[in-house]
Amino acid sequence: MSVPWEGVLNKIDDYRWEIPVSYKTGMRVPGLIYSSESLLNHIWEENAFEQVANVAFLPGIVGHSLAMPDIHWGYGFPIGGVAAMSMDDGVVSPGGVGFDINCGVRVMRTNLMEAEVRPKIDRITTEIFHNIPSGLGTKGKLKVNDRELTAVMIKGSRWAVERGYGEPDDVKTTEESGCIQGADPEKVSNRARERGIPQLGTLGSGNHFLEIQRVDEIYDAETAKVMGIQETGQVLVMAHSGSRGFGHQICTDYIATLGQAVRKYGFNLPDRQLVCAPIKSPEGQAYLSAMACAANYAWTNRQCMAHWVRESLMKALDKSPRDIGLEQIWDVAHNIAKIEEHTVDGKKVKLCVHRKGATRAFPAGHPDLPDIYQKTGQPVLIPGDMGRYSYIAVGTETAMRETFGSTCHGAGRLQSRSAAKRGVRGIDVIQALAAKGITVKTASISELPEEASSGYKDVNEVVDVTQRAGISRKIVRATPIGVIKG
Amino acid sequence: MLYSIFVDRGFEVIEHTADIGIATHGVDLKQVFANAALGLFSLITELETVSEKSIYHIRVSGPDREALLINWLNELIYRFEAKEMLFHRFSISTLTDTELKATGYGEKIDLTKHELKVQVKAATYHMLKIEQDKDGWKARVIFDV
Repeated sequence: MSVPWEGVLNKIDDYRWEIPVSYKTGMRVPGLIYSSESLLNHIWEENAFEQVANVAFLPGIVGHSLAMPDIHWGYGFPIGGVAAMSMDDGVVSPGGVGFDINCGVRVMRTNLMEAEVRPKIDRITTEIFHNIPSGLGTKGKLKVNDRELTAVMIKGSRWAVERGYGEPDDVKTTEESGCIQGADPEKVSNRARERGIPQLGTLGSGNHFLEIQRVDEIYDAETAKVMGIQETGQVLVMAHSGSRGFGHQICTDYIATLGQAVRKYGFNLPDRQLVCAPIKSPEGQAYLSAMACAANYAWTNRQCMAHWVRESLMKALDKSPRDIGLEQIWDVAHNIAKIEEHTVDGKKVKLCVHRKGATRAFPAGHPDLPDIYQKTGQPVLIPGDMGRYSYIAVGTETAMRETFGSTCHGAGRLQSRSAAKRGVRGIDVIQALAAKGITVKTASISELPEEASSGYKDVNEVVDVTQRAGISRKIVRATPIGVIKG
Repeated sequence: MLYSIFVDRGFEVIEHTADIGIATHGVDLKQVFANAALGLFSLITELETVSEKSIYHIRVSGPDREALLINWLNELIYRFEAKEMLFHRFSISTLTDTELKATGYGEKIDLTKHELKVQVKAATYHMLKIEQDKDGWKARVIFDV
């Protein structure tokens, strides 16, 4: 099924590789891949470069069709792809966002140290596992009705905080303050509502997780301090989840609708999964309004889960919220399309930036950042696999100049799910992690080997490329102590 | 890398790094569409554990044959997730390039006897292929999981 890519990459420097427009008739801009030579070898086998070239066909694309170093084969767009479109003649593509709209990561710091958490890690992870519904076929405990779901779509994180799930400060440290403007619940189908209602406040399955981590290395103490991270051994909590069946259905609905739009507007696309509509068209606007609803649902989802983690820690450790000191560092969306201002050819322009498996990485001084991060740049959250590391980095001016303020989002898969499972039992994975001091609770032990370290690229290598290319700057590395897997 | 696990049910599971798909064959397109749907449910659960306790009538339309196959599979993903249905067998009574009428045989999810394996988010157009060969018809669909 997979065909190794047969095109030629032009080396710009050790971490930048170009696919020239001459590669394929119809490309409007060149492709630009951020990668090391060793990471390129994995990508080459997968034909993801062809997808970078295909994205360059999209009307109104500006600059380059970009790929971050965790790029791998996706649907239409590669995972790890970034594409910015002109608001005047550009398109928006649901495939450039993905099925899991606003899949993202949240990280929180605590006053706790590894030494006091480790002896109680079993109790903590068990408590979280029981408090936060996870896995396939599970329903949330929120029990919202249709009217409340509408409010979630419009308000995002603020809906959760108003109902007592979290603190007002959590909203301030969430990308877009946990609410993309322009959400229109009228543009969301009843089917999406049906899938969304029971799943609000659930972790999901697959690669979604909650982790108790310990700070393992600090690269920039001053910036770490701004994030509330003072020393190695300090305990962090990381969550990775998205908009669940609600977002999946919205993407499915709009891929069908926009299939008609492609005919109507006469676009010639190399891959049907790249369906799109002009940003200014009724179809394009409808998708952006529905996507905002799903993005706001996802932020509500992560907000509720963060609150339940706080509750679980209080119960498991028998401590007050003040003693635990669980405070949100940041929450990023890594599957999203955003209307942002960027400088192109010396001029400030509004663009629709698609990030499909890529993280926004705005630099210090950017007006969209809250006061706390004005001097440091926006925190970038990069989870690895459950047996290795996760990183907190910050955005840079280079990212703003070259990648529309974007960087990588994770490690990226190396092995197929069944290859990762072949000959490996769930219990083996649990034991191997236990030997490394990592406790795992999972809804499905038979599916656990899919998420084993061997199935993923080493996130160190991916983050190293973004660091050397200058599109984000690493601040802190953390390793897991306890993992809850859906 | 590509791996194939052949299962003699009119479909096989195909895997790529981040994807799972179904390659299906049949003497005619009706069989291909039915087998693709069975393949989908084989990813979700063990088909042997699903009883034929209920019958459902399903109608799907689409602008062309490829879209019809995608809409058909996405209809079933919706029924699985929102209506909690699992299917064991399909019989397709009408199939044109734009319309499909089918009967599905299955039951509601019962977590005490059905193990749910993979979260399938949607069927995609990615590498989608429907073609005729010497033995009949075949199709390939990749799912986002």
